[in-house]
Amino acid sequence: MAQVRLDHISKTFASGDEAVHAVDDVTLEIEHHEFMILLGPSGCGKSTLLRMVAGLEDPTAGDVFIGDRRVNDVAPKERDIAMVFQSYALYPHKTVAANIEFPLKVRGVGRAERAAEAVRAAEVLGLEHHLKRKPGQLSGGQRQRVALARAIVRNPAVFLMDEPLSNLDAKLRGDTRAELVDLHRRIDSTFIYVTHDQVEAMTMGSRVAVLNEGRLQQVGTPQEVYDRPATAFVAQFIGTPPMNLLPAGMWGSETVQVGIRPEHLRLVPGGPLHAVVRQVEHLGHEVLLFADANGTRLVSRLDPGSFLPEVGDPVAFDAEPGRLHRFDPESGERIE
Amino acid sequence: MAADTVRGARKFGRYTLLVVLAVIVLFPIYAVVLQALKTGPDSLDHPRSLLPVDLTLSTIKAAWTQGNLGRLLLNSVFVSVMVTLGVVLTSLLAAYAFAFLQFPLKGPIFVLFLATMLVPAEVTVVINERTADSLGWVNSYQGLIVPSLASTFGIFLVRQVFLQLPTELREAASLDGVGHVRFLWEVAAPLSRPTLGALGLFTFLGTWNAYLWPSQVIRGDRAHETVQIGLERLKNNDISKINLVTGGLVVAALPIFIMLVLFQRQLVRGLTAGAVKG
Amino acid sequence: MKRRLRDVPWAVVMLLPSVVLIAVWTVYPLVKAVQNGHLRCDVTGTKCIDAGWGRYWDVFTSTEFQHALGVSLKLMALTVPAGLVLGVGLAVLADKHLRGIGVFRTIFSSTVATSVAVASLVWFVLLQPQIGVFADLFSGWFPVLKNPGLLNDPGTALLAVAFSSIWANLGFTFIIVTAALQSVPRDLYESAFVDGAGNVRRFTNVTLPMIAPTLLFVTVVLTTRALQTYGEIALLTGGGPNPEKSTTTIPYLIYGRNSIISGDLGTKSAAAVLLFVLSLALALVQFRGLDKRVHYGR
Repeated sequence: MAQVRLDHISKTFASGDEAVHAVDDVTLEIEHHEFMILLGPSGCGKSTLLRMVAGLEDPTAGDVFIGDRRVNDVAPKERDIAMVFQSYALYPHKTVAANIEFPLKVRGVGRAERAAEAVRAAEVLGLEHHLKRKPGQLSGGQRQRVALARAIVRNPAVFLMDEPLSNLDAKLRGDTRAELVDLHRRIDSTFIYVTHDQVEAMTMGSRVAVLNEGRLQQVGTPQEVYDRPATAFVAQFIGTPPMNLLPAGMWGSETVQVGIRPEHLRLVPGGPLHAVVRQVEHLGHEVLLFADANGTRLVSRLDPGSFLPEVGDPVAFDAEPGRLHRFDPESGERIE
Repeated sequence: MAADTVRGARKFGRYTLLVVLAVIVLFPIYAVVLQALKTGPDSLDHPRSLLPVDLTLSTIKAAWTQGNLGRLLLNSVFVSVMVTLGVVLTSLLAAYAFAFLQFPLKGPIFVLFLATMLVPAEVTVVINERTADSLGWVNSYQGLIVPSLASTFGIFLVRQVFLQLPTELREAASLDGVGHVRFLWEVAAPLSRPTLGALGLFTFLGTWNAYLWPSQVIRGDRAHETVQIGLERLKNNDISKINLVTGGLVVAALPIFIMLVLFQRQLVRGLTAGAVKG
Repeated sequence: MKRRLRDVPWAVVMLLPSVVLIAVWTVYPLVKAVQNGHLRCDVTGTKCIDAGWGRYWDVFTSTEFQHALGVSLKLMALTVPAGLVLGVGLAVLADKHLRGIGVFRTIFSSTVATSVAVASLVWFVLLQPQIGVFADLFSGWFPVLKNPGLLNDPGTALLAVAFSSIWANLGFTFIIVTAALQSVPRDLYESAFVDGAGNVRRFTNVTLPMIAPTLLFVTVVLTTRALQTYGEIALLTGGGPNPEKSTTTIPYLIYGRNSIISGDLGTKSAAAVLLFVLSLALALVQFRGLDKRVHYGR
């Protein structure tokens, strides 16, 4: 039995004559203690999906199950979930301790027990020394940890997070990523995590669900999603630099769109793909070669030590065997 | 250098102008306070000197007893406090409904509320006086207090503040299981304290200073008169006792002056709540 | 949808106090007053007959109302421009970073602390004929101060009331205009200064346009207050001096102790409604007319 099950979930917002399908027939199962990432560009419906699990939005169609319970009509506070918002949503006028305790206070937990639980949660996140401060006196990273502490103090079955790292600067983001993964390992909850950042998705998730325009594109482990993207969208969304997607007919049949990841695109004299070098970027650990093949931009990853052409040189590429991805030009679906 | 001397002369000129104008503005108050402190209750000697010498409290004391000022002040305090509490409370509740609850026709209902702000007291007092009469509330505290307990302005103001609270705060709270009353009391109201303070101050002042309604609903009942309407009794003494009025004025105006010095900033905030576009 | 209706019980409970209070004490009186305006009553107010909407016209054209209307409009003309100019003038004067300017600002704001009753009685005392302070100081130039006193002379009584009003409203105007002045971005002034604009030009080209919405607001408030002047009349002149009734404004006509229609419910209601309509019309005219100036700015 899955921890969270979304069964043909749809959410439509009516605005005038147009209906916006924020979420379009998504079916997804999330297992116990998974770290599931909902990944996609802005507007793809990932946040809406998360909010439906939370109970902040009602699905237009479909069912939400938490455990074996259908929770469509269950209020958020009864669903055994906790949520961390992008802006942390801390009560600015309460101390850190009071913020963390608040969910317990609402449930009628006694003062002494509340305080003890708050301290415990604070310790898990390294906040013991800040309990008497107010959120305004803390840094962004600390505030985020308070939001996390407030969420874990209730021992929820499911932990929902809506782009929690997007308000942090780059360095802090990296550190906090590791801390979140560690937190997941230590506590016994299922994590559902929304982000648009594919690096976060790849490094943190046990599985990734990629969404675009309200539809579920693919669900799989980070490696699966990377190695065998189910649609052209997934292929280009995951991976930096993005996969080279050649227009139909450029390589092989007219009816097939071919994709090659930059690291699998090799400089091979006499190879089938001809291009002219436009730019060479030295990144230290690797070199990125940008080339133009009849108007199509190609990116190739090369070792620093290898032979490097110059800008303007004509070059030929070939793909590493077995590393070609084929997609239907109309539907974007993967063709085996 | 030339600019400096010019600035110096201009500064002097400006200061002079300011002082002159300040004297003109303050003069009425000064003259009245002086009159209250200088001469006895029925002394008519004049022309009076305008210097603060030979001061006595006898006029004020006489005004206090003759005008029953203690009772008047008490009534004013009681009525003003009750109305202020009432307005803040009803505004909090109604603003919460408009800001955080979803219900059909919310928009049109709010517009209707706003429309009532246009209706001035002059129109309503005529009928309200009869309503109060039929309720038996003439010459009573209820008559003074109840009609003023709700304020569309207050609802507007508090709703404005509530709408500025981040929605994620309400969502996080509802996830934590926080109900409406608790959210209002523990989160929304505390976070709106400056505006609530301004509203409270403004309401208190408005109620304290009110003249029209109290003058209609309290007719001759000295026990329930507020300071504003009770003060004029001192005026109706014979003309030789005119100084009593000044004594009464000092007592009546002093509390408000003190309050205003203490709460200057909140007052300005309250007054400019609707006025300054920016 | 379920979610939409979930909050309705709560909404009802939370809105109920305000709705009931406003319905009983604001909406109902308005409606009833409009209805009562149809009534033609005898002097005691006991026998009334419904004379229809035409009654409003009768009241409007009656000598008493026309006279009171004239007084109200005169008072408006006396207090609004003067009050505006003085308030703005003081605010501009005090809008500089001089040492001790806070004291001056407090003094100029101070009249906001006076109530109608207090301000009126202050002036009542000062304007006493023979023994009032102003009579003492200025009767050499203005003998009317001593005899029969500004408040008792039909030619000057309204002027005296106007003084009292202007003085009382000064604090309010000052505070609001000062706040508006402080919200004008300083770099606009600096840029004008660099362009060579002198003080007057800076005022007309930068200050005035920027504070125009506030000035409009103040004008509307002052106008409304002028039309609503009641307490000042009741305390200073009692609507007199008679027989000219030089200071009987429309509100005093409606509520004043000495008013001849004080028992006539029908006429009172009609007059009150007419006053409301007049205020509304004036406010609208001001918004429309001055709003154009405000937006397209000089």
